[in-house]
Amino acid sequence: MKLARLRVAALGLACVVGATTGPSAQPVAPIAIRNARLVPVSGPPIDAGTIVLANGLIRAVGARVDVPAEAVVIDGTGLTVYPGLFDAFTDLGLGAATTGAAGAATPRPAPRPIRGPQDRPATTPWVQAADEFRADDRRIETWRSGGITTVVTAPRGGVFPGQAAVINLSGERREDVIVRSAAAVPLVLTPPGAGNVFPGSLMGVYAYVRQVFLDTRHATDASRRYDANPRGKTRPEHDRSIQALQGALQAKTPFLVPASSSAQIDRVLTFGRELEIPVVVYGAHEGYAAAARLAKARVPVLVSAHWPEKARDGDPDADELLSVLELRDKAPRTPAALAEQKVPFAFYSDGLSGPSEYLANVRKAVKAGLAADTALRALTLDAAQLYGVQDRLGSLEAGKIANLVVVQGDLLGDKSTVRHVFVDGRRFEGTADATTGSGSGARPSGRGGPSTPPSSIGGAVSGGRR
Amino acid sequence: MTRRIPLLATLTVAVCTAWPAVAQNATAPVTAIRNATILTVTKGTIEKGTIVIRNGRIATVGANIDVPRGATEIDATGLYVMPGIIDAHSHIAVDGSVNELSLSVTAMVGIEDVLNPDDIDIYRGLAGGVTTANVLHGSGNAIGGKNAVIKLRWGKEARALLFEGALPGIKFALGENPKRASASPNAGAERRYPTTRMGVIDVIREAFVEARAYQGRWRGYDAAVKAGDRTAVAPARDLALEPLVEILEGKRLVHAHSYRADEILQLLRLAEEFKFKVATLQHVLEGYKVADEIAKHGAGGSTFSDWWGYKFEVVDAIPYNAALMTDRGVLVSINSDSAEEHRHLNQEAAKTMKYGGLSEEQALKLITLNPATQLGIDKRVGSIEVGKDADLVLYTAHPLSVYAIPQQVLIDGVVYFDRAKDLQARDTRAKAKQALKDKEKAGAAPARSTPTETTPKVETTPRVEGDR
Repeated sequence: MKLARLRVAALGLACVVGATTGPSAQPVAPIAIRNARLVPVSGPPIDAGTIVLANGLIRAVGARVDVPAEAVVIDGTGLTVYPGLFDAFTDLGLGAATTGAAGAATPRPAPRPIRGPQDRPATTPWVQAADEFRADDRRIETWRSGGITTVVTAPRGGVFPGQAAVINLSGERREDVIVRSAAAVPLVLTPPGAGNVFPGSLMGVYAYVRQVFLDTRHATDASRRYDANPRGKTRPEHDRSIQALQGALQAKTPFLVPASSSAQIDRVLTFGRELEIPVVVYGAHEGYAAAARLAKARVPVLVSAHWPEKARDGDPDADELLSVLELRDKAPRTPAALAEQKVPFAFYSDGLSGPSEYLANVRKAVKAGLAADTALRALTLDAAQLYGVQDRLGSLEAGKIANLVVVQGDLLGDKSTVRHVFVDGRRFEGTADATTGSGSGARPSGRGGPSTPPSSIGGAVSGGRR
Repeated sequence: MTRRIPLLATLTVAVCTAWPAVAQNATAPVTAIRNATILTVTKGTIEKGTIVIRNGRIATVGANIDVPRGATEIDATGLYVMPGIIDAHSHIAVDGSVNELSLSVTAMVGIEDVLNPDDIDIYRGLAGGVTTANVLHGSGNAIGGKNAVIKLRWGKEARALLFEGALPGIKFALGENPKRASASPNAGAERRYPTTRMGVIDVIREAFVEARAYQGRWRGYDAAVKAGDRTAVAPARDLALEPLVEILEGKRLVHAHSYRADEILQLLRLAEEFKFKVATLQHVLEGYKVADEIAKHGAGGSTFSDWWGYKFEVVDAIPYNAALMTDRGVLVSINSDSAEEHRHLNQEAAKTMKYGGLSEEQALKLITLNPATQLGIDKRVGSIEVGKDADLVLYTAHPLSVYAIPQQVLIDGVVYFDRAKDLQARDTRAKAKQALKDKEKAGAAPARSTPTETTPKVETTPRVEGDR
């Protein structure tokens, strides 16, 4: 066994070295994981199967699969292979410096005073996460090592912070890692700044968003008329916010709208109907009380896995409201309630510090009644579906992108250790962070800094094992 | 003009009108309150009277009335029944700030967007006999946001609180609050105009000048369409100006926060210049000085019983205000503007009997029929009459007595507050709470530090004296 592990480690090193130039670069040796339990998500599990990865894609999956002679073979005995996991809404790779408000590289003149909606306060929907993503975000390695291979990441700041992108956590070049740009337009309904700048209140934000969509639709008509016959007409004003939203409306891009309580969910459903935009609710901690209404409205949900907790530094004897205690008790039941009502949903990390917390909180949802396979779907294929990338991500199927997580134990069981993570076919090692069990994951960590290329990660890990 | 009324509003009305009838039919179609002292407000007092409620409406009222078979009976022996209290100035059930303070004209914002049906102040108001509230934007700007008239249907979702068919309104504010002379602007931000009373009325005038121009653009467009001009281009909609056009067209009520006689006259004159009517002057603490002018304009006055002196513009106030304005023909109501005071508006109304000598019926009208008339909902609520909504309060004593305690409160014939049940439920709730605490303690994993959360929190309503 020891010998086998050494061999695997060495071969792993060979393969990652060859893959550093990115998924679309020159072909490297295929990888085959043999004799592993495969959980394709799109179909029933295969107890002792083989999966072959080549050129960043899954070449074959099944109980009986031909392994190419040149393939690097990993013995999957005792391991389970899952599709790579999603964090379906985050700001990974987009630090504070890359948010919409400060997105421009060149210094800007002082912002003009905001005199109303026409000045488009806190509105930067033209900012694309795909353009701003930075692979040197230190958090990327943490999340990837826990099995998160794909994130939907969005700029932060403002009411319309910018558009989200589906990104594989596979490499350094922005050009290589984007799976889908302009995947969603998130909205933030909290007043963006001080109360004396419009919009300075929640109702101000609602009024502002309503006016922006009215303006967008009006501008669409105006430019159509102008383009049809510009002679004798005043040309329409150029407004990049409006243009970005026109594009999103035309492409039927989902708008991500925050709502945590049942009343907020109602409010957002009503608002979405009024604006005639495709809404995805995010947050939804009280979704357990609104599941039927979400189902009726056919609105999918991004469930925040950051369940409400008692404040750590709060007064332990504080007399909390019954409603607060109930919310803490019931929030993890939200996914099960959504599943019962057949509301499509995915999980997102919502500020959780790492994948172990993230998965531990998904396990809480399972303990609260969510079927484990539904939980897995919400972390993989359903998340992909929500962003329209289910044809390339989210399950173990031939032809799909080779994102997988190889786990010792059951991913959503109490004890599991992530052994390997493949993103775009590139292999990364799992870490102890992704486990809930104790010592099992304590492995040598002789790796370099977070921005160290994966080739040296592989080297360091195999070196450490010796 | 109608095409610009948002579809939403139309839908809301449709949904909400349908709601009470459906609910009643399904649950308790007929209720009878028996053996009560009924204070009808419009038709005197009925001793040992009966009220029959069918489908949420009052079907019959009187002394000798047969209770229909199968009716749910409420024995009101020894109890007083009066119409549900209508609070013409409230800030309950609002998520986030009640003020959009950024601009001097914020007619684009509205309470309806941010109604919070979970606000406990709804229940507390209900327990004080309030069944309808005029939820207003704050007084931080000359032209504030749109209001929402709600029924305190505790437990229903936000849109089911809306008083179906109530005329829409808007908040105006005069004097110190919209001046914001003392408010310091953020670094780099411009100081907001205006900072004087002259400026406040100028802002309102400018807004209406703009609204007229906007109205003209739409009228031109509507006329062109009517004349068959297919090339006519609809003007861009402006959510800040639309409500002002509605005011000019008599479709939206102005509720104007005001204190001093001079600013009251300023606004009435401006309204007359632009040919609209001010529906209510809110607070109107110096209203007694210009009561004739207010009556002549046809504005209502919605005031406090005896609350003043909290800033310099409210020093020249007297507790006789409500009575004096009433005597001069002003339609007067007493409001709370407070989630505390709305729990005893009956006592506030009673004070006008001591200060000014109003009759019992006049005093009761200050918190029932008069505010209903001011809000344009007097055909539905405000008195106990056949055909009106069964919004009723059952008191242990005459409601103008300090000993009166609401026992039950009905809205649309449904009991939304029952003091006996509330008292019983306290124990159950305490036990449920303890059980959850124990469960949490037992299952407590070691607490983690919580990083910045991105999920929006329900904002709490700041209730500050400054709103007044």
